[in-house]
Amino acid sequence: MPGEILMALRKDIARRKRTDKVFSLLGLMATLVGVVTLLALMIDLAWDGTSRLNWAFLSAFPSRFPEKAGILSAWVGTGVVMFVTALAAVPMGVAAGVYLEEYAPKNWMTTLIEINIANLAGVPSIVYGLMALGLFVYKFKLGMSVLTAGLTLALLILPIVIMATREAIRTIPSSIREAAFAVGATQWQLVRHHILPYSAGGILTGVIIGLSRAIGESAPLITIGALTFIAFLPASPFTGTFPFISFEWLKSPYTVLPIQAFNWISRPQKSFHLNAAAAGMVLMAMTLAMNGAAIWIRYRFRKRIKW
Amino acid sequence: MSQKTYSFPLKNRGSLAPRLAPSPAPKTESPLPTLPRRKGPGRLQRWRERAIQAGLFVAAASSIAITLGIVGILGFESISFFRQVPLLNFLTDPQWTPLFDDAHYGIMPLVAGTATVAAVALCLALPVGTVTALYLSEYAPHRVREIVKPFLELLTAVPTVVYGYFALLFVTPLLKHLIPSLPGFNMLSAGLVIGVMIIPYVSSLSEDAMRAVPMHLREASYAMGATRFQTSVRVVFPAALSGVASAYVLGFSRAIGETMVVAIAAGMQPNLTFNPLQPAATITAYIVQVSLGDLPHGSLGYQTIFAAGLTLMLMTLVFNIGGHVLRKRFREKY
Repeated sequence: MPGEILMALRKDIARRKRTDKVFSLLGLMATLVGVVTLLALMIDLAWDGTSRLNWAFLSAFPSRFPEKAGILSAWVGTGVVMFVTALAAVPMGVAAGVYLEEYAPKNWMTTLIEINIANLAGVPSIVYGLMALGLFVYKFKLGMSVLTAGLTLALLILPIVIMATREAIRTIPSSIREAAFAVGATQWQLVRHHILPYSAGGILTGVIIGLSRAIGESAPLITIGALTFIAFLPASPFTGTFPFISFEWLKSPYTVLPIQAFNWISRPQKSFHLNAAAAGMVLMAMTLAMNGAAIWIRYRFRKRIKW
Repeated sequence: MSQKTYSFPLKNRGSLAPRLAPSPAPKTESPLPTLPRRKGPGRLQRWRERAIQAGLFVAAASSIAITLGIVGILGFESISFFRQVPLLNFLTDPQWTPLFDDAHYGIMPLVAGTATVAAVALCLALPVGTVTALYLSEYAPHRVREIVKPFLELLTAVPTVVYGYFALLFVTPLLKHLIPSLPGFNMLSAGLVIGVMIIPYVSSLSEDAMRAVPMHLREASYAMGATRFQTSVRVVFPAALSGVASAYVLGFSRAIGETMVVAIAAGMQPNLTFNPLQPAATITAYIVQVSLGDLPHGSLGYQTIFAAGLTLMLMTLVFNIGGHVLRKRFREKY
């Protein structure tokens, strides 16, 4: 009987539509898991940390007494380590990216390098720390210093910088290259005057994302001996006497914010946990600011250049 | 009108020039002025170009040097370790107490801890990440996706120490309301927090793969009267499977390599158990624990962290290769 079949069909369709609705709701809930957790984390951190966050906290050295302890050496350490990291990772990563996009011939060597970079991105960060411990600290005798830490983090974020550079270069249409070659530019002139300026936005975004990852990274620094109690600052890079610039600070021991926070969390006293929350807030503020900057730069460059 | 032939600079350069040049002018006329040879990329500039290219190549190849450095250091230190501890012992001994007087060197407890934490994390991250990706790619309005995706990606930007803090001082007390017998350090809360942390790795990459599925497949599905759900699960998901698989593999690598959360929230005692309600140490947590003390360089205790690191490396490697094979197997051609 056709009427019954139609009824059954309608029922079936209604059932399928219901499944669709349920799944849509499920999807929304799954999406909210991440969002809600992030909000909970921020609120929890702010709840605990705000009471300790003040100028004295930012300008005091760590101390045995939780109320007196501060993060001066930690944020200065984070700053100098990040400086070294950027100085090492940016030229190397951009050069590698440019080579792979603009110069590399299609052969086994290029393929090997590409696969290798993808694999390096998946290597656990603590393994980089072990490598740095064996290589930088004991083989090259760089010691447990700012220089070692900066280089280690630079290697860690190198794949991010390389990928971002390649991604940015790939969006440049080939007509730009053809035009440059047509007026007799050499390959390097093309890269120098066209490729690099046009991809600068994308590269910068990648560099900032990489650095914001490096700022929060503590595992590899623990293996290369970042200390948790540093009550002095690295030597000043400027001196009063002749060369005026000193590299002594590269060799000084250091601590960074995440390690200071880790140290405070691992203590049993409740009051140290508050310090950890405050240090975590500073850290979060830094990474969020950097991510915000990256998003803003991406947006601006996308708007400015129209091919 | 005397005819003077100027050759274009272009002709002067190549071998074409002599052939195209007109027959020698009558002797009465002065010889043709020779134009200066046009400066193309000179020898110096060619060398410069080559030097720059070599420099760029070195930068690109340095990634291979890094890999060799990692493998070399891990291998070198592990060999000295395995000279003193037989491999069989390392794989079968149920205890890991390398720093005690009664030293045992069995990696199993650390591997069990690592596997348990990773399993908890993946049980959360894979389903939630996949459903999120399907939702964002197939259901969510454009504006929602544009806002939610960067927001989710912020989860990867949160420093891991902060996650550790959150796991120890927020999630564990919360779970204690549900499971009163839960110890202060446990693998469950560490695993759950790591799971949330790797959701964006899974969802973002999967979503990219799903968006790359050509529209005509969806159109065909809708044309046959399929609902969104049917299209998502039976058309888009299988078509994107190779990309989704690589997202899973990346999530797995992150879960077993994550360090600070487990070091803070899971406790640091090696414990041969697969029960997530127990405290235990993972490979990464052990490395942190040893690095915080000061072991003399070259001692057996110092070498244990490299042997542990090598084990971790091999675990990620096995999964990466497995993922690669899976990806090849599931690659869809449209």
